[in-house]
Amino acid sequence: MPWSREDMAARAAKEMEDGFYVNLGIGIPTLVANYIAPDMKVVLQSENGMLGMGPFPFPGEEDPDLINAGKQTITALATTSYFSSADSFAMIRGGHINLSVLGAMEVSENGDLANWMVPGKMVKGMGGAMDLVAGVRRVVVIMEHTAKDGTSKFRPKCELPLTGANVVDMLITDLAVFTRESRAGQFKLIELAPGVTSADVRQKTTAAYQQ
Amino acid sequence: MSKKHSSKIYPDAKSALRDVLRDGMTVMSGGFGACGVPENLIAAVHDLGVRGLTVVSNNAGLDGFGLGVLLKTHQIAKMISSYVGENREFERQYLAGELELEFNPQGTLAERIRAGGAGIHAFFTRTGAGTLVAEGKEQRVVNGETYILETGLVADVALVKAWRGDTEGNLVYRKTARNFNPPMATAGRVTIAEVEELVEPGVLDPDGIHTPGIYVQRVIQGTNYSRLIEKLTVRSREEGAHAVVA
Repeated sequence: MPWSREDMAARAAKEMEDGFYVNLGIGIPTLVANYIAPDMKVVLQSENGMLGMGPFPFPGEEDPDLINAGKQTITALATTSYFSSADSFAMIRGGHINLSVLGAMEVSENGDLANWMVPGKMVKGMGGAMDLVAGVRRVVVIMEHTAKDGTSKFRPKCELPLTGANVVDMLITDLAVFTRESRAGQFKLIELAPGVTSADVRQKTTAAYQQ
Repeated sequence: MSKKHSSKIYPDAKSALRDVLRDGMTVMSGGFGACGVPENLIAAVHDLGVRGLTVVSNNAGLDGFGLGVLLKTHQIAKMISSYVGENREFERQYLAGELELEFNPQGTLAERIRAGGAGIHAFFTRTGAGTLVAEGKEQRVVNGETYILETGLVADVALVKAWRGDTEGNLVYRKTARNFNPPMATAGRVTIAEVEELVEPGVLDPDGIHTPGIYVQRVIQGTNYSRLIEKLTVRSREEGAHAVVA
């Protein structure tokens, strides 16, 4: 049985290490926060200018001046700091963030990522995604393995305009997990969702990867 | 120019803007989503009726809020932004070819503004290398990494929103309403700040000032803030402390 959104988020949470500073993208990556081991210290960065992001507020305790990069109301922690967008992206581009988890539309076998525009459709913008993939030390991507018509989203080459070239270190899909040791290396299949075989994955994937 | 104003304090947004606005000028406007938006100053730009503006802002406001107000009246000719979702009028004008749009990665936008304010004409960054953003830009390979050249941004007028400000123009922002406001304050030839609370000299802690007054030429006391929340997200009491996502 393929992994659910929650399963994929939980798998991504296993990539956290104690003391990590982490930026989570919008969508499934936001769910990752729910699966961080309680005994582990992980500091969440929100690129609109906050380190130490807390949970959503209780009803009535929301503050219009306190939102995350997805524009949702959130809360602060005892150790939170606030800063400008310029400082926030200095952290990101300067390599101070250990890990980023992002969603994707396509990933290529050499680690290119496409997640911001579909030509011919209204483009909302890349937001901070291009800066995150260019600056964060390790990039983990979560996406459905195939499009609705069954075509592989892990491909030899991205068809869609790129967010970054050669930037993905780990890919978690609803079927499997692929990772690579370095950005010069090839992705390797390291885990399968329950009941999914490596032959299933091979058949649904057009990208080249090590078994 | 109107008569000399020895104080930085202006009675309201219109009086602070009237003699600086021109058709076709470049305006920076602080804020992220609905947070930290100079609402009073934008309303005055609307009322004063200048047109053909190039507006630098991370987002394009919402329908009827923030920059959405200036889009509705077609006062904006071009936007430089990183993300423009959640605004139907923007989408309509863009698709109809009535509005020019330049997308910048959010960090590139912030750094272009910071660099502009700091007198740095251009800088090399990895962000956008190998993407559409790199097209037409000078590229350089250093230690095997490809960097692209981005230029600093300055504006004729920068509009910023702060929590507290004093008569010298020293500003303090509140929580994530800080966002693009501090770098934009440095990058305006004229920077106008609206503050929720205007205080006398000596009230703000000099160690806690976010924007020193040198960057701010005019200050107004803002009124009637909407306190708008774009995406109200809460957790139930039962979920307790650990639940981050509903």
